[in-house]
Amino acid sequence: MAGFDKVVSSYEEAMAGLEDGMTVIAGGFGLCGIPENLISEIKKRQTKNLTIVSNNCGVDGFGLGILLEDRQVSKMVSSYVGENALFEKQLLNGELEVELTPQGTLAEKMRAGGAGIPAFYTATGVGTPVAEGKEVREFDGREYLLEESIRGDFAIVKGWKADRYGNVIYRHTAQNFNPLAATAGKITVVEVEELVEVGELDPAHIHTPGIYVDRLIVGQFEKRIEKRTLTES
Amino acid sequence: MAMRVARELQDGFYVNLGIGIPTLVANFVPEGMEVMLQSENGLLGMGSFPTEETIDADMINAGKQTVTAVAGASIFSSAESFAMIRGGHVDLTVLGAFEVDVQGNIASWMIPNKLIKGMGGAMDLVAGADNIIVTMTHASKNGDSKLLESCSLPLTGKGCIKKVLTDLAWLEIEDGAFILKERAPGVSVEEIIEKTQGKLIVPDHVPEMQFS
Repeated sequence: MAGFDKVVSSYEEAMAGLEDGMTVIAGGFGLCGIPENLISEIKKRQTKNLTIVSNNCGVDGFGLGILLEDRQVSKMVSSYVGENALFEKQLLNGELEVELTPQGTLAEKMRAGGAGIPAFYTATGVGTPVAEGKEVREFDGREYLLEESIRGDFAIVKGWKADRYGNVIYRHTAQNFNPLAATAGKITVVEVEELVEVGELDPAHIHTPGIYVDRLIVGQFEKRIEKRTLTES
Repeated sequence: MAMRVARELQDGFYVNLGIGIPTLVANFVPEGMEVMLQSENGLLGMGSFPTEETIDADMINAGKQTVTAVAGASIFSSAESFAMIRGGHVDLTVLGAFEVDVQGNIASWMIPNKLIKGMGGAMDLVAGADNIIVTMTHASKNGDSKLLESCSLPLTGKGCIKKVLTDLAWLEIEDGAFILKERAPGVSVEEIIEKTQGKLIVPDHVPEMQFS
């Protein structure tokens, strides 16, 4: 089956074409909604010198953190990287470069990148270290920074349900950066928990329309919880 | 401090609470008042922590804690979330800081020569919100004032802070000075003057904080 069928049968096929030095945009916030198996496939492939664009860098031994173990990442573009000891070590050793980017700016960089907008102005970061080397322009008496958008050679995305055409919905706050990442990859790969029949998802409730999706695969997920907090009963 | 911030809440407010003291404000929402909590990872209508039965790895807040959603909540992408924040749609933002100065500058994310973990959403929050309350201790453990003439640490935002609540006082920033509005119970005006490095205007009468 071809046409609009985006389903691939193996993780190897899902990440085919990933090469050293490429930029990969990853969905997820903390460990929530991360493409666990696509990250594992990148580790298996031992691709090196990658630039990873993701809000966080996983934790030691899980999520994007596993790509640090064999020094596969040369640069991270993130808003917060505080949960990871190996990250800290490589950063201090100079083995890893990090471009800290405000969370809203990072989301907008992906959104704009996917929407064909090369740059945008934002008040976020004016007068801070983030503004260094960037154009500042005044609109209605307020200063704004020019921020350039981001596109990736690959985008790796974790969805909940999808149909073969690549229409995807996300579950709860596992949505986060995923639909933005999905728009910004030259090759967008989505892994989901469940494949449903075409026509089963309500068209008005699709988060990521299939036009953005190149490859789709169904996986099993650990869904590790980073901070387990419960109501005292 | 959380109780004092709660007095600034109004019925129908959409509120973003930072990690730490700000989070506690949720415990002091006055009875009969409706407030919707925004969590910048993409949740409007954050509820309490879950139970063993309802815990869900796909349901977290911006502090990465497992949470629930209230009835009437909505969930969306990070871009949508920051459109709300940057577009000025959030009625009140409460967050912590290392330093604030008389120009309304705030430093809260980076201490040079220490490990830099990142700013997360703080720069977006301070740039996007009109109504921000900074909560922090008035002075460091060494006694150094955190209310300064000019921030010494790299900034999170420029000229965006108008209200500061410390363990000692409620202050507002206006025309290049802190204005002492209220003092915490049992705290003297003299102690506040002593622990404020930036220009401080002290009115003739400084009332003690009320909590209800």
